[in-house]
Amino acid sequence: MALFLQQVFNGIMLGSTYAIVALGLTLVFGILHIPNFAHGHLYMLGAYIGFFLMTLYGFGFWTALIASMIILALVGMLVERIVYRPLQNRPVINSFISAVGALMILETGVIVLWGPQGRRIPNPYPGIVDLLGITMTWQRLLVILVAIVLIILLQIFIKKTTVGTTIEAVAQNREGAMLVGINVNWVFSLTFAISTATAAAAACLVAPIFMISPTMGALLGMKAFVIVILGGLGSIPGAILGGYILGLLEAIGGGYLSAAYKDVYAFGALILILSIRPTGLFGREVS
Amino acid sequence: MPAIRFLLKKWFYVLLLVLAMALPFLITNRYYFQIVIMGCLFSITTLSLNLILGYTGQASLAHAGFFGIGSYGVALMTKSGISFWLALPLSALFAALIGFLIGLPTLRTRGSYFAIATLCFGVIVSIVAGSWIEFTGGYTGLVGVPHPTPLPLPLIGVIGFETQTAQYYLVLAFLLLTLLVMHRLVYSHLGLSFMAIRNNEALAEAVGVNTFAGKILSFVVANFFAGLAGGIYASLVGSISPSTASIDLTFSWLVYLLLGGAATLAGPIIGAFVIPVIMEYLQFLQEYRLIIFGALLIAVIIYFPRGLMGGFSTLQQRVREFYGQRRGVKHAVRS
Repeated sequence: MALFLQQVFNGIMLGSTYAIVALGLTLVFGILHIPNFAHGHLYMLGAYIGFFLMTLYGFGFWTALIASMIILALVGMLVERIVYRPLQNRPVINSFISAVGALMILETGVIVLWGPQGRRIPNPYPGIVDLLGITMTWQRLLVILVAIVLIILLQIFIKKTTVGTTIEAVAQNREGAMLVGINVNWVFSLTFAISTATAAAAACLVAPIFMISPTMGALLGMKAFVIVILGGLGSIPGAILGGYILGLLEAIGGGYLSAAYKDVYAFGALILILSIRPTGLFGREVS
Repeated sequence: MPAIRFLLKKWFYVLLLVLAMALPFLITNRYYFQIVIMGCLFSITTLSLNLILGYTGQASLAHAGFFGIGSYGVALMTKSGISFWLALPLSALFAALIGFLIGLPTLRTRGSYFAIATLCFGVIVSIVAGSWIEFTGGYTGLVGVPHPTPLPLPLIGVIGFETQTAQYYLVLAFLLLTLLVMHRLVYSHLGLSFMAIRNNEALAEAVGVNTFAGKILSFVVANFFAGLAGGIYASLVGSISPSTASIDLTFSWLVYLLLGGAATLAGPIIGAFVIPVIMEYLQFLQEYRLIIFGALLIAVIIYFPRGLMGGFSTLQQRVREFYGQRRGVKHAVRS
């Protein structure tokens, strides 16, 4: 029982990061229909920037996290401007190929600059809590809590603020949004900035728990896509729920079945579910 | 004489073929020759990727996965004593069969969904290749895969494949076979229906094209040739590992295809030869290789979506228009 609860706890922790990353991706992929395949790689870049701010420039954990979010927001806007905006009116497959180019640059760029070896961020909250026979570190609890706060803040931003509603307006009808005076290009930039900043936050939060390496983003990015597709394109609750479900599935499957195949579950589930519902579990028809 | 007339009309292709046949006598450096052999092999994979991506418009990112299935198939079968000439078609057919089974669910989706689903399958193949240790040797892979079994031919005698020259002719023969099949396919009614699916799937469906069957057929044929190339690779190189099925390989074929020119027959071959050769000359940039590839990929897809071949035909058209105008001016002056 204790083992099971331990796996559930780890699953929720893992699921929290998946939920934040998938949430950022669903804004860009689900709402703006840009297949930002480099999302996981931007997450990786966020972890590296946090790492260097802390180890080289002596930033504290929280200041490094916020600085990394700001830097990644700017990088996200740059990526949108260079990689995706020129392809706005072309077939989606072109954006996808452009995204593959972007992720090759990001991953190799980090390898060339900082080497392929893994690095570890010093843990700011190394304390341990024992509860119901499960061992929890404060850092892991923190990941869960901050994820919830971030999700709520983002939800309020999109639903309650004027700037947030422009994103939904552009998603619903681009021409209509232009007619009522929304600067569509600016909304695209803003959405990218939010999406990559949340990825950076997730990356900095889990960096003290896992190693950071140039390849850490590739699998995570794919999992985020799987979550977004299964959760329904553009559905924010779908992305959050999907993130937690996948985290639990991996932790429990990895603990009881086989750890070597833990990445196969998510991808296998996607192919399996697409064979039953080609538009995802809660998906709408896409053109 | 129709044969001579045919030769005269197609003199360029005949010249290319003669050049390709004479290549072993022109290149003496073993290292460079190996690059040429790999160029031929990756031409096969890029050509087959071109069928599903360039002509049918479905971005399959599982191509290296099927290449890996073919290579593991041949490696396992030939190591257990089965002749290469039986193992190769069996492995390619197995890759095609897996392609059919994967295509059934994934091809019902469209656009990015298909790309992501196939990417997931590609990753699954490389994880299984790395983790199923008893069967695939895990991350160290399989070593000591025998060279192709000597082939007894009537009149000529027995051909062995121990020398580089013989291996080159073997790959060249398969490249020509691939090219022939692709040519026949693309310039048939089926090929037209593939392009109709690419250009507008709903419209193709409306005019009576069975779009799902078309996509499945294109995917299966593409994966057959990917598996074939993988099988030849395993036998020539002699050792394979999960990196044989890695996404990086798919990405480099994607670069060859798009830089060479998607939806042309010459483009993939030009890409598969020109880019590795250029990279050989830029050895000092080795570690920046993927950065350059990535930047090229973005620039090409934005500014030259039809690649080198597309750029070439645009240029040709411009030149023709330019001369046409001048001739027009001359006529006007004369009259």
